[in-house]
Amino acid sequence: MISVALGLAYRQLTVLFKNPSLFLPPMLFPLMNFMSFAGGLSRLRHVPGFDFHSGYTAFTFVFVLLQSAAFGGVFAGFGIARDFEYGFARRLLVSAPQRSGLILGYALSALTRWAMIAIVLTTVALIGGMQVGGNGIDLFGMYALAMIFNIVGLLWACGVAMRFRSIQSGPLMQTPVFLLLFLSPVYVPLSLLTGWIHGVARVNPLTFLLEAGRGFIDGHPTQLAAAFGVSAALVVFFAFWARTGLARAERAG
Amino acid sequence: MSVIAHQVALIAQRSLVRTARQPGVWIPPLTFPLILMAVNSNGLKAATHLPGFPTNSFLAFFVPFSFMQGALFASAIAGTDLARDVDTGFLNRLALTPVRGAALLIGQVGGAVGLGTIQAVVYLAVALLAGVHIVAGIGGAVLILLLAILVATGFGTLGLWIALRTGSGEGVQSTFPLLFFLLLISSMNLPRNLIEVNWFRDLATINPVSYMIEAMRSLVISGWDTQALVLGFGFALALIGISLLLSARQLKVRMSRT
Repeated sequence: MISVALGLAYRQLTVLFKNPSLFLPPMLFPLMNFMSFAGGLSRLRHVPGFDFHSGYTAFTFVFVLLQSAAFGGVFAGFGIARDFEYGFARRLLVSAPQRSGLILGYALSALTRWAMIAIVLTTVALIGGMQVGGNGIDLFGMYALAMIFNIVGLLWACGVAMRFRSIQSGPLMQTPVFLLLFLSPVYVPLSLLTGWIHGVARVNPLTFLLEAGRGFIDGHPTQLAAAFGVSAALVVFFAFWARTGLARAERAG
Repeated sequence: MSVIAHQVALIAQRSLVRTARQPGVWIPPLTFPLILMAVNSNGLKAATHLPGFPTNSFLAFFVPFSFMQGALFASAIAGTDLARDVDTGFLNRLALTPVRGAALLIGQVGGAVGLGTIQAVVYLAVALLAGVHIVAGIGGAVLILLLAILVATGFGTLGLWIALRTGSGEGVQSTFPLLFFLLLISSMNLPRNLIEVNWFRDLATINPVSYMIEAMRSLVISGWDTQALVLGFGFALALIGISLLLSARQLKVRMSRT
């Protein structure tokens, strides 16, 4: 299983590096969002009740980091769908002795790709003057949460791609993730949201990750049990989703 | 009807029918900006508590965003359609007919303009149903629609130029994030005087998209603001003119290659 996973991950990353058009959009989107939010909305920290010591850049960085993680997984899902559409995945199914290794391989490549995005994003944020209140352990916690979210995004997209086996399923992979992201406290803390969006954000699983991530970067960890509990539950659920998707692809031949 | 008008009508009809026949093309541009408007207008509501914020309804402030995002979709649609025509050789076959270049360009953007018109009406209707009050009244609403259609035409024409330049649908799609970036670095989320980061405020100030947004916004939240309207319409018309010029030049290059 490990050899299948490593072989596939190597192939995915090679394809990625040889095609800037596949590599650049997932890199540029979070950077553009970060610039837009941190640059254009920083005045929001003056809204009465906005209580975040590390500043608006750090506040928005955590959201963009999680967004990049989720979309890193989703963009990898496009690659899976493309592999099925072009028939490459069929050859993979035939040749892999342990097919679960395929999901692991796609996850490894998605993780590596996102790690590069996270490094660039973090560098840009630090150059842009982001204040970090948390210590090394806190930051490790924040990146761990984002890494888990990347895996969740990949497992979700993988399940969709293996069920539909067509790149046309792309919007189906993206839209729910996009909605989940933007139905969380993106621009201001949860306590400042009002109306229906407050009710939705309160039960949105991403809110726990976001609040915990912001707590980490601010040096005041919060909601850790809820965030890691939700993350673990999401991984288990979407691993099942991806594995049953693979089973469908196997049956379809 | 003059020959050129007839040619424009035929190509525009084809463009409109082609857009209408692909729900996957027109449903996202119609729904996605509305979803974002609903989510962001609530998510950013707290901004109305900032001293100097021009209205107490963030939804009213944010309405122009939908028109602009719809226009960007129009750009992608017009560009992708033309790129497909280049790719499939349809443009080459057209080159053998007496069709004029101007007719081809104006007609080709027809699908985007048609969709832009429907989008503008839907967005405005939804905003009114959601309780947005247009301070400039019915005349202002008509002007918002007109500007939204002009902006969609401008970005649609820009999409044509990109398609003619790149000759591929992928090329058009990959420029979409760059165009979206223009929207992101504009005054779409906050008035320029409330943007506190200098470099961002400077970028928003030299970004023509800010003025298109502010012209529509002025009609919704403050009434008739001549300066904002002149700038908004001016930049929209300039976008159409420059894009048409670039497209016409690129069309000559593309045709001469065939």
